[in-house]
Amino acid sequence: MADTTTRAKLRWGLIDVIVVVFALVPVLWIASLSFKTPATLTDGKFWPREWTLDNYKSIFDTDQFVRALVNSIGIALIATLIAVVLGAMAAYAISRLDFPGKRLLVGVSLLIAMFPQVSLVSPLFEIERQLGLFDTWPGLILPYITFALPLAIYTLSAFFKQIPWDLEKAAKMDGATQAQAFRRVIAPLAAPGLFTTAILVFIFCWNDFLFAITLTSTERARTVPVALSFFTGESQFEDPTGAICAAAVVITIPIILFVLFFQRRIVSGLTSGAVKG
Amino acid sequence: MADIVLDKVSKSFPDGTVAVQDVDLEIADGEFVILVGPSGCGKSTTLNMIAGLEDISSGELRIGGQRVNDKAPRDRDIAMVFQSYALYPNMTVRENMAFPLRLAKLDKATIDQKVDEAAKVLELTPLLDRKPANLSGGQRQRVAMGRAIVRQPKAFLMDEPLSNLDAKLRVQMRTVVSRLQKKLGTTTVYVTHDQTEAMTLGDRVVIMRGGAIQQVGPPQELYDHPRNLFVAGFIGSPSMNFLHAAVEDGKLRTALGDVPIGDRIRRELEGADAPRELILGIRPEHFEDAELIDDEARARGMEFTAPADIVESMGSDKYVYFTVEGQRASAAELEELAADAGADFSGGGGNLVTRLSAESPVQEGEDRRVWFNLEKIHLFDPSSGRNLTLHEGRSAGTLGD
Ligand SMILES: Nc1ncnc2c1ncn2[C@@H]1O[C@H](COP(=O)(O)OP(=O)(O)OP(=O)(O)O)[C@@H](O)[C@H]1O
Ligand SMILES: [Mg+2]
Repeated sequence: MADTTTRAKLRWGLIDVIVVVFALVPVLWIASLSFKTPATLTDGKFWPREWTLDNYKSIFDTDQFVRALVNSIGIALIATLIAVVLGAMAAYAISRLDFPGKRLLVGVSLLIAMFPQVSLVSPLFEIERQLGLFDTWPGLILPYITFALPLAIYTLSAFFKQIPWDLEKAAKMDGATQAQAFRRVIAPLAAPGLFTTAILVFIFCWNDFLFAITLTSTERARTVPVALSFFTGESQFEDPTGAICAAAVVITIPIILFVLFFQRRIVSGLTSGAVKG
Repeated sequence: MADIVLDKVSKSFPDGTVAVQDVDLEIADGEFVILVGPSGCGKSTTLNMIAGLEDISSGELRIGGQRVNDKAPRDRDIAMVFQSYALYPNMTVRENMAFPLRLAKLDKATIDQKVDEAAKVLELTPLLDRKPANLSGGQRQRVAMGRAIVRQPKAFLMDEPLSNLDAKLRVQMRTVVSRLQKKLGTTTVYVTHDQTEAMTLGDRVVIMRGGAIQQVGPPQELYDHPRNLFVAGFIGSPSMNFLHAAVEDGKLRTALGDVPIGDRIRRELEGADAPRELILGIRPEHFEDAELIDDEARARGMEFTAPADIVESMGSDKYVYFTVEGQRASAAELEELAADAGADFSGGGGNLVTRLSAESPVQEGEDRRVWFNLEKIHLFDPSSGRNLTLHEGRSAGTLGD
């Protein structure tokens, strides 16, 4: 028995290492490129021979990147907040109540998630130009909410379904109002679900390129992924690869911070011990 | 503390299910009442209506003389213990028990004192700083009880509070619940599936079937004088034997022989629409090995001979299963009970369960002469289920008049 478990552990450990290496090598490669000088950029060495911070200095030299960073953070945070709040309300209703049209609602939200986004880009472009939303923050926030909502509703209703509703009844019997029952008993238990959903939605908004490139035209609303594609060297002949790599490293930092910040709140098994069986 | 009165209370769900129908029940102040019945008979729904977790469709509910139909649970001042315990997993045991007091806005010192007191009664003091996840089933159960008793409510409602515990703990907790209720003297409504809990815990037992009350009374009365076939079959373990009985020439023709009937029952059976076929019910302990019967007892009973299939010696007595020939007793109630218990309820052309003295020399496989007490027999009308032997609330066997 012990023999097979150690072998199983070894096997799984090996698989894990392969997966992690496979996922991390490109990231590390980009990080390495971002520290190389233009001369050594194409030397094919993993470890930079000459270290430089010029690439990082250059992206913060101009306003272009900083503006995009501000846009990205603002748009992603607002869209995440709204999508999670709306999604929580919808998921609460779906997991708690039986109302006419429930299946239809779930079906339609699934349909939205499946709809190819690229086919919506030109109509959205036309609509937003007519409405004056083109190249504004709301012009990006609205489509992000639309496409993040199905995701939010699905993950959140899965979480809500795990909450034993006897707890809400118990709170009411203990003298709580509906609002107190939600705030003091249900909300703390739903928190891990809310944070998980927030992370997923934030990453979705943060990484989007398609909507950002079609629905913006200037620095007013252009987000980082798009700004990166507009990077040029200082002169026509200069290769912007180093700067793009530096920017790519910089934009992963907010995501890592965001995940780390919320991860501490995602305590698994928070509901264990509430009910038996 | 208060009395609870259900006055023609009914509940129908939006999908049309009528879960509770015209329930009349008066629960006195300080009384311990047990609701019992097969699965789906409306016990939890009744309890939830008293709690205020379900709306009452029609009828009136009064607690302490006040109509509370439209009051929220928090305004009824009732505590409830759930089958699932429903402990708040994000709070410690102390916080769980303090929760109702904090909602009632008591000051910190009073809360601490009350929680410590309740914890002492339930022997939870060493566990106060643990989270529910780190407690055993029995301990969680006690925390749930503790949360109910801290704020001294008008009444306790308990929905199968012990059904998640293993057999040994259940026996232990049963005495805890019983002692606690006696000590506090709080009106309690207790839902259970368990025969033993129903028989031992309550002052009175309410037997429900299909949303309606079948009989209300002290446990012994329900056992000795069941009002109908359903109650007779539901109470008692092993349950009552039921045999088909045909009324012929002023006698009952049964698989155990011809049973004589007394004057009162005869008069009942003379009516034009009186049933010609009856169901005879007799409990296992009303049989005895004919060898061990004295003459006086012999006169009160009848004897028959049947092959003993199985002999189970329990030490104090012997359960002996006999095969008797004859038609099966059939009635809707019996089928329902059989479905609920997953057992075969129809005697006659089946097994007869008897409880004989330990001294009986009965052997498996042999034919044995068995006596049974005619004074303890019940006769039921198969169509209505009514107990014909019951007269002014007492049952006196087929010979009674
Ligand atoms: N929300 C609901 N909607 C429709 N019917 C319901 C609802 N809740 C319960 N019922 C029905 O009402 C009846 C009584 O249910 P209830 O939960 O009171 O039974 P119970 O006696 O507590 O059973 P158990 O012993 O299995 O707990 C059942 O037939 C059940 O299917
Ligand atoms: Mg129930």
